[in-house]
Amino acid sequence: MYKIVQAKELTTNIYLMVVEAKRVAKSCQPGQFVIVRTDEEGERIPLTICDYDRDKGFVTIVFQTVGAATQKMAWLKEGDAFHDFVGPLGCPSEFVTQDIDTLKKKRMLFVAGGVGTAPVYPQVKWLHEQGIEADVIVGAKTKDLLILEKEMEEVAGNLYVTTDDGSYGRSGMVTQTIKDLVDEGKNYDTCVAIGPMIMMKFVCKMTKELKIPTIVSLNPIMVDGTGMCGACRVTVGGEVKFACVDGPEFDGHQVDFDQAMKRQQIYKTEEGRAFLRAKEGNTHHGGCGNCTDGGKE
Amino acid sequence: MMDVLKKVPVREQDAKVRAANFEEVCLGYNKEEAMEEAARCINCKNAQCIKGCPVSINIPGFIEKVKDGDIEAAYQIISEDSSLPAVCGRVCPQESQCEGKCIRGIKGEPVSIGKLERFAADWARENGIKPAGAKEKKGKKVAVIGSGPAGLTCAGDLARMGYDVTIFEALHEAGGVLVYGIPEFRLPKQAVVEKEIENVKSLGVKIETNVVIGKSVTIDELMKEEGFDAVFIGSGAGLPKFMGIPGEQANGVFSANEYLTRSNLMKAFRTDCETPIMRGKKVAVVGGGNVAMDAARTALRLGAEVHIVYRRSEEELPARVEEVHHAKEEGIIFDLLTNPVEILTDENAWVCGMKCIRMELGEPDASGRRRPVEVPGSEFTMDVDTVIMSLGTSPNPLISSTTEGLEVNKWKCIIADEEHGRTTKEGVYAGGDAVTGAATVILAMGAGKAAAKGIDEYLS
Ligand SMILES: Cc1cc2nc3c(=O)[nH]c(=O)nc-3n(C[C@H](O)[C@H](O)[C@H](O)COP(=O)(O)OP(=O)(O)OC[C@H]3O[C@@H](n4cnc5c(N)ncnc54)[C@H](O)[C@@H]3O)c2cc1C
Ligand code: SF4
Ligand code: FES
Repeated sequence: MYKIVQAKELTTNIYLMVVEAKRVAKSCQPGQFVIVRTDEEGERIPLTICDYDRDKGFVTIVFQTVGAATQKMAWLKEGDAFHDFVGPLGCPSEFVTQDIDTLKKKRMLFVAGGVGTAPVYPQVKWLHEQGIEADVIVGAKTKDLLILEKEMEEVAGNLYVTTDDGSYGRSGMVTQTIKDLVDEGKNYDTCVAIGPMIMMKFVCKMTKELKIPTIVSLNPIMVDGTGMCGACRVTVGGEVKFACVDGPEFDGHQVDFDQAMKRQQIYKTEEGRAFLRAKEGNTHHGGCGNCTDGGKE
Repeated sequence: MMDVLKKVPVREQDAKVRAANFEEVCLGYNKEEAMEEAARCINCKNAQCIKGCPVSINIPGFIEKVKDGDIEAAYQIISEDSSLPAVCGRVCPQESQCEGKCIRGIKGEPVSIGKLERFAADWARENGIKPAGAKEKKGKKVAVIGSGPAGLTCAGDLARMGYDVTIFEALHEAGGVLVYGIPEFRLPKQAVVEKEIENVKSLGVKIETNVVIGKSVTIDELMKEEGFDAVFIGSGAGLPKFMGIPGEQANGVFSANEYLTRSNLMKAFRTDCETPIMRGKKVAVVGGGNVAMDAARTALRLGAEVHIVYRRSEEELPARVEEVHHAKEEGIIFDLLTNPVEILTDENAWVCGMKCIRMELGEPDASGRRRPVEVPGSEFTMDVDTVIMSLGTSPNPLISSTTEGLEVNKWKCIIADEEHGRTTKEGVYAGGDAVTGAATVILAMGAGKAAAKGIDEYLS
């Protein structure tokens, strides 16, 4: 069992938990993820690592409730425990193994969307600890859904916040901000974009035009997370890759996003049913129409 | 009057009934039936069956005890050579091993050795008989990676010799293929697999789940920082292959590993578990091995019409004869000498059909099997909504790529000598599917035993 030492709701439907997981905390790097399970019957849920404390043996995760399994996770409180917590899985971000002096010369831009802010944070923090300041764009639908702003501010070179509805910071999508920054005379050698698949797709479209190499972190459906099932396969540069072992980070300009988005839908209806079962127990008898609509995101 | 040329028939669930449930198909012998079947063994002096058994169980020896009704003694004889008899009795390909060599089989049916082994093991379990533990401790630590048949056997044997053994397992449950691959209706998890694992634990073996060696911790760290004197790698061959044909990325195409893991490990076939599984209406399973049969029969039980699509003929089907037989009885349709060329998709990227081509057998290839060749112009479309690829698996490179000095061959299999399981890295041993590529439970178990001996010699 893996004890939850801290649990809080960051904003509507987005939760942060600090979990005691010594082996993961000791060996994890930015870019890697874990798989958690709440209980015996629970699903295996992949989550990117948001922060870690090697001395204390703590790992921080941030998640959004999107279906039955994540809803059950959200009900856990401080002092409860996860049944399973395995990792770190996947490859660390590329820059972790690069030469620091070369990195220092690079102008890096991070683009975070929604709950994707969480996995961007440890990367920017890691760079900050090496004395490298990266620019960060954080996008949210609206002011209330913005997370980790203060934390990000402390580690980012410049932080640009934008909200779709203009309720806070700049107004509009993250792609607009990228364009604005470049128009304002900013130059970037590399970009890392993490967020909803659709956001990453459009960021990549934009950065391709701007000729900025871009890394994305994919979150396809997974089961084992060790390369055993192939559920997580994605097409990158015409080749089939297993995101859990070959990724999760890939060259965004090579990713087949349309296919990846379709593959994410596979269990939408199945998950929707499980979600309703968890929420309503035996009271749900179908016919409301929600079942075919999926566990709404 | 019993016919000595025939096996005592084993009771099975009716094919129509079992096609809709996940309970075990074969019900096994009771004591009377077992004793009757045991009496068919003529106790050959130069027993051929032993030669057919990869771990050389004293088969006539244990059968003799069954005949006398001394089942505990029978179990102890089997236990000298096998640590998972309840599993092997159920899943070994007996027809090509012990039973394939049995003298009785020359004229009539061979002795039902597998069913007798299963009976002895089940009886021992039901009567609380446990393998005996170590008398004294050696004060040395061994790490075992993977909790499949190879790892469990190696760990059990080392613990019996007095070593302090810890198994590290990547998944949340121990058992390897026995829990994530082979379905409940062939190998009950709670009643059989869990009990076998408890036996290993009762010998003092510790099992740490959720540890991915090469990610959570490396072999070098285990040896340098955590004080393990030797390591056994039994990490299996879990990496699924795909065909590389158009449409394979469509929604509704799965590897057999994914499909079976969802159903077996994650219990997606039950309604109280969260993990979803696709319940297709018409399913094609591509391949002809045990894995393909398991995937097909799982899909059938989840309500589908199921076709096995295999490019060679019935004779070449690599699956156990019993599984093919059961699959047919249950209503699986065999499309033999057929090979997929493309998976067709609808506008939302869901599978809506599979284009196949007919094959015929040509000249024998390097393996001695006749090579299937395409029949020109014989393409046709199968109407399916789910395709399960069961084309074999290869070892996962997670461990070999993170362990310095551990060499692999061109198929990514770890290089280890057969006699002791010694790898190219000092103190590190390996066996099972990780070394041979996907094979069988009994071979993995045999390799685990050999490595336990090798490790004992190394540490003495
Ligand atoms: C569906 C199916 C049906 C089969 N049917 C039969 C049958 O009827 N008869 C038969 O004889 N054989 C059958 N086989 C083959 C048989 O199951 C295998 O040959 C056997 O299980 C191999 O044992 P193993 O111990 O080498 O590996 P596995 O059973 O594969 O166990 C390996 C274990 O190691 C773990 N692992 C892998 N990497 C790591 C890591 N880096 N760190 C920690 N742990 C790790 C895995 O999670 C797994 O639990 C079948 C296989 C499948 C998939
Ligand atoms: S070969 Fe057959 S008859 Fe002879 S000892 Fe073995 S099981 Fe008995
Ligand atoms: S999640 Fe199973 S192979 Fe990637």
